Amino acid sequence: MTKIAPRQAYGEELVRLGQENPDIVVLDADVAKASMTYLFKEKFPERFFDLGISESDIVGTGAGFAVAGKIPFINAYANFLLGNGWEQIHISIAYANQNVKIVGHNIGASSGKDGPTHLPFEDIALMRVLPGIMIVEPADAIEMRKAVRAAVQHQGPVYLRVGRLPTPLVTCEEDPFELGKARILREGQDATIIATGAMVAKGLEAAENLASLGISAEVINLHTIKPLDKTTLLRSVRKTGAVVTAEEHTILGGMGSAVAELLVEEYPVPLQRVGVKDRFAVCAPYDELHDVLGLTAETIVKSVQDVICKKRQ
Amino acid sequence: MIQGKGLSHSELSEVARRMRRHILKMTHKAKGGHPGGCLSATDLLDVLYMNVLRVDPQNPHWDKRDFFFLSKGHAAPALYAALCERGFFPEEELLTFREAESRLPAYPSCESTPGVDMASGSLGQGLSIANGAALAAKLKGSDQRAFVMLGDGELHEGQVWEAMLTAAHYHLDNVCAIVDYNKLQLDGRLDEVKSLGDLPGKWKAFGWNVLEIDGHDFPQIEKAFAQAQAVKTQPSVIIAHTIKGKGVSFMEDQVDWHAAAPSDAELKIALEELK
Repeated sequence: MTKIAPRQAYGEELVRLGQENPDIVVLDADVAKASMTYLFKEKFPERFFDLGISESDIVGTGAGFAVAGKIPFINAYANFLLGNGWEQIHISIAYANQNVKIVGHNIGASSGKDGPTHLPFEDIALMRVLPGIMIVEPADAIEMRKAVRAAVQHQGPVYLRVGRLPTPLVTCEEDPFELGKARILREGQDATIIATGAMVAKGLEAAENLASLGISAEVINLHTIKPLDKTTLLRSVRKTGAVVTAEEHTILGGMGSAVAELLVEEYPVPLQRVGVKDRFAVCAPYDELHDVLGLTAETIVKSVQDVICKKRQ
Repeated sequence: MIQGKGLSHSELSEVARRMRRHILKMTHKAKGGHPGGCLSATDLLDVLYMNVLRVDPQNPHWDKRDFFFLSKGHAAPALYAALCERGFFPEEELLTFREAESRLPAYPSCESTPGVDMASGSLGQGLSIANGAALAAKLKGSDQRAFVMLGDGELHEGQVWEAMLTAAHYHLDNVCAIVDYNKLQLDGRLDEVKSLGDLPGKWKAFGWNVLEIDGHDFPQIEKAFAQAQAVKTQPSVIIAHTIKGKGVSFMEDQVDWHAAAPSDAELKIALEELK
């Protein structure tokens, strides 16, 4: 299976968009090589601003560009940007409703060997509580390109989650993409697997393995975590009656929590959340860390079997 | 009117008197707010809004406007008084300050108030925003300028010092910061809470053009804005020595008036003094 790094797609698409739209400006907090915004810098040096290691300042500066009518993309490692810059995002972007595109890099286990100080597993939770910010985590590099483009079209703040390492391509160029609209990638009857980002590929792998066990699982790519596509999710869950969510994030306050909150109010069914179980990670390479944290197709398979079991009780 | 109004010093003095009365009436009616830090900033905002800022009250989002960000958001009544005097909304509206459906919330909100470009109230954020607006202006080849007012206690916030580096690094000569240096904060005298030490020296060391003035002296304020505009390749800061509660005898230099509304009797005395 072909693998491409989402950050590669992000950096390249930003250059294309920069060509088309002179209002796009890019700000980075001394991680332009990792975020691949250096591609934009090479092409449009006058529209690229390195703010140095100043995540609070980069948020405010981005908001100032938006006040003056520009479309700023602010880039930093997700945990530092949202950790240091949260209050600035809260007031200067969310409350002030500024058209800033907030881009969190090295998400999840992306830089696994760096260990817990560099692994953002809390960023979705931090953004979800702020009114008016759209949260987007594309499933692969192809979808990343469409998402960056759509973020420019969307008038208002967007938080985009960008992974560092190559991940399998699970969507096609011709697939439709609309912010806020979940996509069913595989239809099924017995349970719904709702996944985001790199976990979509693992959800599809799990569904394949479940099929060989005689279990039919539906797989939904939930690339937009906020606002939730309630219609698509509820339609699927009313059909299957059981849900497993999968995300490269803590199970507390993330995508799985958002789905659980929806279902407990609208259509309660057995549900399990695959994600980081309220613990800190360890220093380990990406795949190994996913094994340690249970971010695997096997965990999803086991969870689907569990929720189906509970459904039948 | 789009350009500054070019008021004389006696006219500025009259506007400042009315602004102070607005501030006292707003905080009295709302039974809340921060009159002390509003009255210290009044003369600076008066000159800025009447004679310096290029804005159009009929078109608050005019794309060639100068920007002003009130980073010390608790001085919102002073900002509202200035916006009202500049013609952004009628005087009657001032007394809706802090009411649920009002366009004049406790702290500035760009979603609510004509002429307000950013939310503030969470301290430390305004200079970064001014830098962003100033960078955008330069990118457009526009002569728009970005002004920001900071409290002295606010300078405890680390983000301000990040933004000071940014403005100097990018040679933002279209940024003008104003420090309302009234030397009092919520917990007491600034020097007792946490001293700023050699404040002009610190800004100088960060690469800024520093202008130190009496923030209640109109000729000095006007001269400082003119000097700030004349300096190229460097951002400018006006460190304005002010008196908290300026203009009301019993409020002057009293920490208790940082966040307290005047009673009926206190309002009467204060308005009498500002007749």
